[in-house]
Amino acid sequence: MLTIKFFAVLRERLATDEIQLDVTESTPVSELLEQLKQRSEKWHKELSRYDLLCAINHEFADPAATVRNGDELALFPPVTGG
Amino acid sequence: MTVNVSVQNDDFNVGELYNQLATDSRSGAVATFCGLVRDDSGDLKALELEHYPQMTEKALHGIVEQAQQRWPLQRVTVIHRVGYLRVNEQIVFVGVASGHRDAAFEATRFIMDYLKTRAPFWKKEHYADKTHWVEAKQSDDEAAKRWQGSESCGD
Repeated sequence: MLTIKFFAVLRERLATDEIQLDVTESTPVSELLEQLKQRSEKWHKELSRYDLLCAINHEFADPAATVRNGDELALFPPVTGG
Repeated sequence: MTVNVSVQNDDFNVGELYNQLATDSRSGAVATFCGLVRDDSGDLKALELEHYPQMTEKALHGIVEQAQQRWPLQRVTVIHRVGYLRVNEQIVFVGVASGHRDAAFEATRFIMDYLKTRAPFWKKEHYADKTHWVEAKQSDDEAAKRWQGSESCGD
């Protein structure tokens, strides 16, 4: 299974911090995002409204990068630490 | 190079961190930066710092490695707190020991600028009657971009 984690305002608004998806073939993150947006109006809005960042297996990644079962994908808004 | 990176709930003692940085005979300069919880509105109760535990320290180590490639550094310390922090509490510490002041100043600034835009932390402001997620600032992006293409290594 692919693990998808959500952080900060995205986690709050989607009311979930993690989901699991069966992704048997390597799939671009951008394609997965389009699939996730179909879940509901809320998911569509929240995954569309930000300049979303993503990380694959704890490294920043481009949405064109691919993921598959066993990977950990994280989706989050721009960071605000420091 | 000796690197000390920590993401923690507990507060830190700047004096102790400075003393650890100032122990290498090759270091003629130690530069430090400490970020505090600021209250522009006058009614901020606390700042909540969220992070991505499995990724945060890895990202900070990556930023320190990039600094090391640009400047000759003997010691680097990066401490970032998470959890609930009240106004005036310390959030972040960056300290760098190097041979000369330019490298120490620049590396400290570089690490802070990159940490602001490339380490997975998020701030949420807590007021008496509402909460508000802090939004990323364009000025922070611009500060980080200033270092791109500049491979300078002053001393």
